[in-house]
Amino acid sequence: YPISIINKINVCHSEVLSFVTADIISTVEFNHTGELLATGDKGGRVVIFQQEIENKNLPQFRSEYNVYSTFQSHEPEFDYLKSLEIEEKINKIRWLPQKNAAQFLLSTNDKTIKLWKISERDKRPEGYNLKEEDGRYKDPNSITALRVPVLIPMDLMVEASPRRVFSNAHTYHINSISVNSDNETYLSADDLRINLWNLEITDRSFNIVDIKPTNMEELTEVITAAEFHPLHCNTLVYSSSKGTIRLCDMRESALCDKHSKLFEEPEDPSNRSFFSEIISSISDVKFSHNGRYMMTRDYLSVKVWDLNMENRPVETYQVHEYLRSKLCSLYENDCIFDKFECCWNGNDSVVMTGSYNNFFRMFERSQRRDVTLEASRENSKPLQVLKPRKVCAGGKRKKDEISVDSLDFNKKILHTAWHPQENIIAVATTNNLYIFQDKVN
Amino acid sequence: MFAKGTKRKFSDPGEEPALGAELGPVVRPLSSTYSLQRQSLLDMSLIKLQLCHMLVEPNLCRSVLIANTVRQIQEEMTQDGTWQIMTQALAAAQCPADRLVATEVLCRPSEALAAAQSPKPLPAGPEEEEEEEEEEVVVAAAMEEDVDSEANPLSSSSFLPAPFGAEPGWEDEEDDSEDEDSEECPSDAEDVPDSRRGDQVFGTFEIKHPAPPPDPALEELFSDVDPSYYDLDTVLTGMQSTPKMGPYDLLDSLSPHAAPALSTGTSCRSDLNELDHIMEIIVGS
Repeated sequence: YPISIINKINVCHSEVLSFVTADIISTVEFNHTGELLATGDKGGRVVIFQQEIENKNLPQFRSEYNVYSTFQSHEPEFDYLKSLEIEEKINKIRWLPQKNAAQFLLSTNDKTIKLWKISERDKRPEGYNLKEEDGRYKDPNSITALRVPVLIPMDLMVEASPRRVFSNAHTYHINSISVNSDNETYLSADDLRINLWNLEITDRSFNIVDIKPTNMEELTEVITAAEFHPLHCNTLVYSSSKGTIRLCDMRESALCDKHSKLFEEPEDPSNRSFFSEIISSISDVKFSHNGRYMMTRDYLSVKVWDLNMENRPVETYQVHEYLRSKLCSLYENDCIFDKFECCWNGNDSVVMTGSYNNFFRMFERSQRRDVTLEASRENSKPLQVLKPRKVCAGGKRKKDEISVDSLDFNKKILHTAWHPQENIIAVATTNNLYIFQDKVN
Repeated sequence: MFAKGTKRKFSDPGEEPALGAELGPVVRPLSSTYSLQRQSLLDMSLIKLQLCHMLVEPNLCRSVLIANTVRQIQEEMTQDGTWQIMTQALAAAQCPADRLVATEVLCRPSEALAAAQSPKPLPAGPEEEEEEEEEEVVVAAAMEEDVDSEANPLSSSSFLPAPFGAEPGWEDEEDDSEDEDSEECPSDAEDVPDSRRGDQVFGTFEIKHPAPPPDPALEELFSDVDPSYYDLDTVLTGMQSTPKMGPYDLLDSLSPHAAPALSTGTSCRSDLNELDHIMEIIVGS
């Protein structure tokens, strides 16, 4: 798309999908072509939507996403020794690049990663020699002729089956998984460690990062996110609760405790408060598609880093700076610990992240323009252009502006995803999934 | 000032900038508003750390961030001397152990906790281990490393207790047997009766003077102290600017060291010895 999505504020509402269950959406991820969109929820379920593309030649083509497959990925478990539940909530889903007719994805909860195969079946065999159609076995003596069973069409059935279960490798809660560009390995990261797996091997993983101190009393920093570089299979990054990002090269040593690069922006001393560290904690890190940049999300901002410059980001975008004076309240109600994710569009020209009150923000990098949009049923009708929102930080509130004190902090958009090739975005509110797309005039 | 026993509401406007905003590293204004806000933030943080008696394991990242915040507050309060006053106030409070549940957790030394462990009865999967500690308040302040936290449960350096867990983790499935025995059972610690908790709060004091019966002399000594003062809320929500005759005032008058000093490693140890000395005087043994 040569036209920037921000240019005409021409995001229109394509379809509202909402889950009937009370389960909160916990992750959203497009596959590599964008044809499939997977969501995971707090109940351990994965729902996959498929893009149905109407005739692209029509002047106003729209893509629709319809439910393609639903399955229970994880079940709650109980750790009897610790008397603690292991939540079935799906923390992350990552798709594998497609190699054959079937699709594969990794889904993880706090402790266990599973590889799921999603395959289509649209034919079934008929005409067995030894079995009746209903499955009963025939009496062999009654068979007088031999025939070859044939495959006849049937209604499409999408089946999901677990192909691998990668368990017992994480003491702490898994926050990230990332498939390597070699398509053979992937990493899983918990609060203190990162493990490297081979997709084929489930009983063994290699620990490549370990920041657990010998004396746990000295623990002051945890790993918050990790990702493989999209092109260099030896490179990974991980972010921390202290606002640092470490880039590691797996070729240097088996244990990547020494980073190759450390990305950290020096703190602004005039902004220092008791909450400085908490708001500097990075909740998400994502490489750009071209592999030259990475983006981090902390509580109040999104930062874009050039991988060749460690001492400061090249771009900083304020998501909701008006919350800075409310940090005490946000600490009290725990909102300050909300982990917002962020994402790039297909050509790395726009970044997107969520906020409160069901708002989400897009920042266009080169033009330095940004927009605030809202994902809600009341404000979104089919084919209606989304209206930009504005929050009034102080002073006189203009018409149509929303004051900071009216924001609903229970309505948070933590998970957003952007189609890898088209201007289609998926935005998850607490238990609704919205899919918006660019309107082509 | 605030009436005793009343919970203060933490409100934003007007007061917000003092805490939520920008405090440089230089000496802070010790206005009572700021002190109260800081104290309130400290209390809020401690309660947040403590409210981990849930079914699911608490979020380690959140716990670490809160603990770091508490540490920052503690450092600042130590620099301006208010930390010393608070620990003395808590030390002298004569309430039963179960009412000091929050401070008990705070004061619990890691070694005492280690002593409370028992080996796991069954071989189990690898994931069992240190996180149990995360349920409890978590995080030892590394402020003064040289103080022996076991001997000084009330010293400022061990004000924040219990590690995140002390046990080695492991990735390989094969490697689980030797790790199990060294693992902790915080659930055991939780089931420990109050007297044991009392031990952990008062350390050597309890050993010398186990659960003293109501002593008419003591009663008289503390007769003009409002018992509601020892409620959890009031103890934790900070001192009042003009306290009534409280136990720490008594300590001051009895103690050979008149003014509370900025705590250092050695002065904490001497404070505890002081406490023993004072209790000996009071109890008359």
